[in-house]
Amino acid sequence: MSGSGHGQTMRITLKVWRQDNPSDKGGFQVVDVPGVSPEMSFLEMLDVVNGRLTESGDRPIVFDHDCREGICGSCGVIINGVAHGPERGTATCQLHMRKFSDGDTIAVEPWRAAAFPVIRDLAVDRSAFDRIVEAGGYISAPTGSAIDANMIPIPKPVADASMDAAQCIGCGACVAACPNSAAQLFTSAKLAHLNLMPQGQPERWARTEAMVETMEQFFGSCTNHGECQDACPKEISVDFIAMMNRDYVKSKRKNRQLLSQSI
Amino acid sequence: MATTTVRSSGVSARGLVKPAFRRPQKRLPYPFGLYQSAVGKKWVMGVTGLMLMGFVLVHMIGNLHMYEGPAKFNEYAEALRTLGGHFIPREWALWGLRAGLLGAVALHIHSAVTLTRINRAARPTRYQASRRYRVANTSSRSMRLTGLVVILYVLFHLADLTWGRIFPDTYIYGDVYNNVVQSLSNVPVAIIYIVANVALAVHLRHGAWSLFQSLGWNNPKFNAARRTFANGFAAIILIGNLSFPIMTLAGVVSQDERTAPCHLLDGEPTDICLGDEAKAQFDPTAVAKEGAKK
Repeated sequence: MSGSGHGQTMRITLKVWRQDNPSDKGGFQVVDVPGVSPEMSFLEMLDVVNGRLTESGDRPIVFDHDCREGICGSCGVIINGVAHGPERGTATCQLHMRKFSDGDTIAVEPWRAAAFPVIRDLAVDRSAFDRIVEAGGYISAPTGSAIDANMIPIPKPVADASMDAAQCIGCGACVAACPNSAAQLFTSAKLAHLNLMPQGQPERWARTEAMVETMEQFFGSCTNHGECQDACPKEISVDFIAMMNRDYVKSKRKNRQLLSQSI
Repeated sequence: MATTTVRSSGVSARGLVKPAFRRPQKRLPYPFGLYQSAVGKKWVMGVTGLMLMGFVLVHMIGNLHMYEGPAKFNEYAEALRTLGGHFIPREWALWGLRAGLLGAVALHIHSAVTLTRINRAARPTRYQASRRYRVANTSSRSMRLTGLVVILYVLFHLADLTWGRIFPDTYIYGDVYNNVVQSLSNVPVAIIYIVANVALAVHLRHGAWSLFQSLGWNNPKFNAARRTFANGFAAIILIGNLSFPIMTLAGVVSQDERTAPCHLLDGEPTDICLGDEAKAQFDPTAVAKEGAKK
């Protein structure tokens, strides 16, 4: 950690949420953290704090993390009131301590939503997202020999839009940032990356209806603030929400027509 | 062979997470079932919002007739009552439009109230440290407040200029110009009008953009124009509507412009400040009867 030779370290005050279990009331613990290298990532700083807490016989801070390169969607906390912290387009793991100043007090808190109960400290249960994906976030395809990659021609703009939506890593920052705890950005991204593609067409309307209605069992509703787009580490656009809204209203009619085979 | 049925919303709650909101037991038939979902409610909010925007714009443009003087303004008011000419009985077309507006207002408010309830329940534990919003603006954050101000103002506005309850002594049925001037030359009333119309513009600034999202009207070709449209629409409504109380207070719109009063001192209605067309259709007994009812 000190191998860079800069020798310049920061002292920060961490105001971190501690909660033993889902039913515990929880509260902030203030931790003095000297010797923070500006080159550390936010999670590495938490690792250092946890090492010191463990040495002094305290319970380390529980937080979710995995790849630490911004592609797995495991990490994510509210840092100074902003999901994933002040740096745009990055997950918590790719936020660096150089974005803060010496002497700063940093408040760290878990995602808050009825659908994201706190498991412990900063770790929340995001399995409500799994319920949404289970409802239709896939395509049904016969198995067998893999078909050639270019068998199905797809216009470039469509492929690009679908890829933009498919970037969603399911971290939950959109829900955390939303004043209504709505999961519109997540659900719309999961819908769009399939609904735009030819492979997604057979199940498009059933998928849209099922995923939206599953989402609505857990989350709030969209009021078009745009906080989700701003918090998203993959900078997914709220344009996909408009597309989902359009498809959902259409799905009601389409699914009815499909039932009566009058399409 | 893989099954092609997408699982419907039969959610099995596993682990900690339980659905916060149950699906409605009874699914209404298409298209009413749409309104049972939050996305559908927002769609309805967008459509009714669009209707109300149409009303607000026409109402503002129509009121510009007051700058043409009492005769033209009262003639315009009379033209609204006789909308449809000889084919539709007097005031029926107007009541048709009013019914549409009332329905739109009712649905707009109902969807707002029910969605707010859902949204509050979706975050039972609020953020404990201070929360920082980065793109949500005053306009989008205050929709409920500005909406409440606007609806209270609309009730006041109706009591003032439609029902004549605020200034019953000077209110004259059919003499719209007189009523507007009497009301808006009163400073506290003018302030109410100004405050409420600022709230309306703030509400429109978010609403006129938001409806594109809720209705799914989205295309990279015109996306940038949606903000411009919303800001422009709010600005036009704000400038137009604020001009009425301000110009009245400034004395530009005043009773002095009249060549003669619409009502003589003994209370007999006259056609003197009506335009030529309205004068031809003018029925003093009907006006007197309506006036007596108030």
